[in-house]
Amino acid sequence: MMALILRDIKLGLRAGGGALVGILFYLAIVAVTPFAMGPDLNLLARIGPAILWTGALLASLLGLERLFQIDREDGSLDLMVLNNNEVPLGLAVFSKCVAHWITTGLPLVIVTPLLGLLLNMDGLAIGATMLTLLIGTPAITFIGAVGAAVAVTLPRGGLLVSVVILPFAIPVLIFGVMATFGATVSGAPFQAPLLLLTALMLFFAVLGPLAAGYALKSAND
Amino acid sequence: MLQCIIVFWLDLKRDKGQKRIGISTFTNFMAKHDRTGFLMKLIAENLSADRGEVRIFEKVSFELSAGEGMVVTGPNGAGKSTLLRVLAGFLRSSQGRVQLDGGELAPQSHFLGPNNGMKPNLSVAENLDFWRRYYVGTSNIYDALEKVQLAHVRDMPFNDLSTGQKRRVAIARVFVAHRPVWLMDEPTSGLDSDAEAMFAALVADHMNGGGIVIAATHLPIVVKGMKRLRFEGGAS
Repeated sequence: MMALILRDIKLGLRAGGGALVGILFYLAIVAVTPFAMGPDLNLLARIGPAILWTGALLASLLGLERLFQIDREDGSLDLMVLNNNEVPLGLAVFSKCVAHWITTGLPLVIVTPLLGLLLNMDGLAIGATMLTLLIGTPAITFIGAVGAAVAVTLPRGGLLVSVVILPFAIPVLIFGVMATFGATVSGAPFQAPLLLLTALMLFFAVLGPLAAGYALKSAND
Repeated sequence: MLQCIIVFWLDLKRDKGQKRIGISTFTNFMAKHDRTGFLMKLIAENLSADRGEVRIFEKVSFELSAGEGMVVTGPNGAGKSTLLRVLAGFLRSSQGRVQLDGGELAPQSHFLGPNNGMKPNLSVAENLDFWRRYYVGTSNIYDALEKVQLAHVRDMPFNDLSTGQKRRVAIARVFVAHRPVWLMDEPTSGLDSDAEAMFAALVADHMNGGGIVIAATHLPIVVKGMKRLRFEGGAS
């Protein structure tokens, strides 16, 4: 399991990994929004967390289709299915998700403070957004694994993966933004949405890999 | 509609002349038998497989004991690869079953498919080391590379190897963890004649050590004593 995580991180960081693409896409969305909104700094600061969250969500969806497709193309996926006894497929999917999040999701969280400054957000709002993204982006990866596994046999499943998993990712978005507002706006709840967000992440961390593993196993039939 | 006529015969001319009585006879005997003393046995009964509505093959039966091998031959589209994928458990057979000592075959087997299962961006050693750890294997990856005579390329990126070298690295993968059954689909594709001979020797070694090898190929693999399963007729 560790072997798989380490290998996928190595692959993600070397040339051809999608980490940079996700960050650039995130940057593009966040940088463009203020131009569309107009020069109202207070408005920007107020909706900043929502913009960051939308950007991070879309950027996380970007590389998901490749999660299993490369392994399928080079034959590794068959070998993983065959090795089900040594490393259960659900665990293999979980490892791949962890590695995928470390190479694509974590960088998004790390660049968030920089982008927060572009949106005139204060320190507390930036911190709260980072915290909720840190909890929320793994959930998106785990949900995405199911979509990626279902679409693994389709040659151009990229958009399909995004469309299929978006409805399941929306609760994550709702609770993520809600918790961020709770941290900055007095009177809004903070702890409850944060705990719900965490619960969603843990729930999908278990269900996602199991479902994706099952989908991969039946992908050949 | 696809009609397959399957002819199966045993090549009974096992090469007895090569065996010498000695310590190796004893160790081979031990390898072929598990701790309880039973001879490992792979049994396929009445296998049929469909892809979609099309019947690829039907009623294939064979039996292999430890130390035996089988070559599956036949024209393109006759169902050789499908048979191997059914044996490995990637495809469900529509009828019949496969058993290894009454249990599942997949956990005991290595599969060498048409793709090599290696990452182009990683070095040969990194690729093999990953599979060794993933298979929870105990063998040394350099010994495995030595077997396919590629010890000198271990630090090269997999992508920089020639087609034949890539194939040999893929073959080295089956040595990083011991599994008694090898399922191989066109194992020698891309290999030159020297490498083919080397591969045949490795297969013979594995069989002598009590392993079972099933290889699908359109080329004759020259390993004495292998059974033959011939698929005749492709799509008609």
